[in-house]
Amino acid sequence: MTNADPKNESTFHVCVIRSDLEQTEVPKQLILDELERHRFDEGSIFAIKLAMEEALTNAVKHGNCFDPCKPVTVRYAVSDEMVAVIVRDEGGGFVPTEVPDPTSPDRLPLPNGRGIMLLRAYMDSVEYRDQGREVYFAKRRG
Amino acid sequence: MPEQRSHLTIKDTDGITVVHFSDRKILEELSIREIGDELTHLIETRENVQLLVSFKNVEHLSSAALGMLIKLNKQVAEAEGTLKLSDISAQIYEVFKITRLNKLFDIHETAGRALTSFSETET
Repeated sequence: MTNADPKNESTFHVCVIRSDLEQTEVPKQLILDELERHRFDEGSIFAIKLAMEEALTNAVKHGNCFDPCKPVTVRYAVSDEMVAVIVRDEGGGFVPTEVPDPTSPDRLPLPNGRGIMLLRAYMDSVEYRDQGREVYFAKRRG
Repeated sequence: MPEQRSHLTIKDTDGITVVHFSDRKILEELSIREIGDELTHLIETRENVQLLVSFKNVEHLSSAALGMLIKLNKQVAEAEGTLKLSDISAQIYEVFKITRLNKLFDIHETAGRALTSFSETET
């Protein structure tokens, strides 16, 4: 297996899954194995687990709307210094800046809409691409 | 068909229902939906439920779990009951703080303190 470099996306490992929440365990476990191999600390692993859960659930549920014909593509790389992940769906995309603030008083009692906020809070870098169909997130070692 | 495993341990003590999670991670949507169903059943089978949800041993949760807790809070309020949360680790409490849900829920450091606060509310 070649070394994937988090600073060079052309070297990232690739994992393609069906739009099925159970399938999201596959890339999550692959990335967790890499984090453990690179001896990431507990706090960083907590943050990355949360980010992966939010990004993959969004891709399967809101992006691909559970359509079995639409894959979710996960690309990732882990080094001793950082982890970078790209999650891509085949949905219609969205405008991240139009997602309402879930902490506003009128939205606080609503049960959804916190995934993107948590992703931004826990990662050092989050970038939405291709009209929201692809999200890149990265975290430096804590 | 195999029987579905319960995600919760439920104990009734002095009119207060104390719930512990069996899983250390409350992340995946599928199991969160099942937890939500179990808690809904619990509320429906008790009058004016006094509910304490302990997060002891829970190491991880997701925004879907937060959503489930918000729905639970609403259901308990509609049933004229009381919901309190306790034993939330520092890492998980940070998730509540980031999302400002620490303002929405009645959170106590330990189950003991939460139980005491139920009787304080009564008097």
